[in-house]
Amino acid sequence: MASIAFERVTKTFEKNVVIKDLDLKIEDGKFTVLVGPSGCGKTTLLRMIAGIDPQTSGKVLIGGRDVTRIAPGQRGVAMVFQNYAIYPTMSVRDNIEFGLKNNKVGKAERNQLVETISSTVGLYDYLDRKPSTLSGGQRQRVALARAMVKKPAVFLMDEPLSNLDAKLRAQMRIELIELHKKLGTTFVYVTHDQVEAMSMADTIVLMNQGVIQQEAAPDVMYRKPSNLFAAQFIGVPPMNVGELGVEGVRFGFRPESAVLADEAGDEHFSISGRIATREMLGSETLYQVRGANHAFMIKCTEDLFTVDQEVHVGVAAKQMYFFGADGKRIDEDHHRYRDYMEALRGKRNG
Amino acid sequence: MKTFEFKYVRFAVGLVLKAAMLMVFIFPFLWMISTSLQTFRETLSFPPTWIPAVPQWRNFIEAMSAGPFLTYAKNSVIVTTSIIVIQMLVMIPAAYAFAKYKFIGKNVLFGMILLAFMIPGQVTFIPVYMMMADWGLIKTLMPQIIPFMSNAFGIFLLRQYFMQIPEEIVEAARLDNASEFKIMWNIMIPMAKPALATVALFSFVSHWNDYFWPLIMTDSASIRPLTLGIAMLRETEGISNWHIIMAGNVVLVVPILIVYLFCSKQIVKAFVYSGIK
Repeated sequence: MASIAFERVTKTFEKNVVIKDLDLKIEDGKFTVLVGPSGCGKTTLLRMIAGIDPQTSGKVLIGGRDVTRIAPGQRGVAMVFQNYAIYPTMSVRDNIEFGLKNNKVGKAERNQLVETISSTVGLYDYLDRKPSTLSGGQRQRVALARAMVKKPAVFLMDEPLSNLDAKLRAQMRIELIELHKKLGTTFVYVTHDQVEAMSMADTIVLMNQGVIQQEAAPDVMYRKPSNLFAAQFIGVPPMNVGELGVEGVRFGFRPESAVLADEAGDEHFSISGRIATREMLGSETLYQVRGANHAFMIKCTEDLFTVDQEVHVGVAAKQMYFFGADGKRIDEDHHRYRDYMEALRGKRNG
Repeated sequence: MKTFEFKYVRFAVGLVLKAAMLMVFIFPFLWMISTSLQTFRETLSFPPTWIPAVPQWRNFIEAMSAGPFLTYAKNSVIVTTSIIVIQMLVMIPAAYAFAKYKFIGKNVLFGMILLAFMIPGQVTFIPVYMMMADWGLIKTLMPQIIPFMSNAFGIFLLRQYFMQIPEEIVEAARLDNASEFKIMWNIMIPMAKPALATVALFSFVSHWNDYFWPLIMTDSASIRPLTLGIAMLRETEGISNWHIIMAGNVVLVVPILIVYLFCSKQIVKAFVYSGIK
């Protein structure tokens, strides 16, 4: 087991600075998810930990040890790739034990390890098969088994579920959570899918353009986003944002914290509009409400309205967020917070 | 209805063209086999005989006893096998490096290899001969092997093939603590088998059939390959014994056919690469 630390790490590709002076600590034994839009540098961070694409400057420490000059195979890390990167000419067994052979593990021990791990991931009956005869989910398991069998101090996963169908993905999410619980090893997981991040992470590290936007537990990330980017990245659909019209401040609320009604209610924030689209998703319905100068997404558990219907959107005061001109969230104890709240009330039915 | 007829016409035209194409390629081959089984009289008759009255199997015996053919065959085998083995040793690591490593001067070096590929042997044979003479190798098989130790076309083809292999597979192997040699031996080579078979076959055919180079580089029967031996059948009696020459040619071609039978499946694969998604 090991913690990971980045100290003033910079990474450049040719002349593009992808990551600049980044500091980050990944806790030992935790399930950490690096999330962000594509090109935000999350995979770059992962590859630096693995050592397959080392940093340009700065230090990466695994378990307190500077690994800058240590080869990928000697770092005690294992990685699961997005396309699995299984050796196609080797059988499942050979795939799993390739790393063990390279580490000079004896034959008896190797066999025992391969058999235990393959039963854990449900591949025991497939050990002599070639990867090309396996399904996507099974290949995924081969990649997992290959990583697990080495008993690494750190597990790295680069969007491992993105090639699976939705159903299998949901199932694998649960299996990964259980696997983490069982192994208790440090997991670093990269994804662009915030649902994966929210559902599996102990800690989410949200990145954008090579800069860490927020580092927090999923519930904190959701309830207290540190800035507009975090607020709009986490949550489906993203947080609704509108101009307050005071000092460049913007207000926001989550689609699920608004209520829709035929008549104006007495919520702190209330506006009227017309339902432009309706998406019935089963347990919930998404409405897009358009007014004079706004369009908000509203999520309701009940399906009461139809397209083109006039409705009123209401949001309670404690469900509102404010973001400064710099994008940072304005905390409740900010000296201007009350003024913004008042300004918002003034926008009623605007 | 019209389109229906059109379909048939198109099919018929296609068939005729295909048959014509096939004839162009296969005719000389059939001609060779037919002639190799004819008598001397039949080879000269007009109109030409297609199917010999009595197949003359003894033509083969005659051809093979017209010179030291065992020595020629042995030389051909030694020269071609050595070339292929050495080429593999040189090409595989070179192609791997060009495909998967970043290093200074990579493009220049690769350009130089392609340039070497474009220089014909007719330009270099005199300096190479003189060099071999300087080294005292003229009486050996070496002048037929040394100049072909590397194969630019092979490096090019293998490099293209290696480049198609996803980077992640190499990275996964590095994370599995595999040495570069192991990555090449256990992962790249098995994956590139079709390309290797193709390069080996091309190389085999061109050196097995090579006439020009050994003609220049050899001066005695003891180091000559089959191609020269068969060419010499022509001059045995002042008149061309076509039936004997063709029998010799059949013997020359058979090994190529056998090798092709083994390689053909791999060669087709080389041009329709599909990895695991």
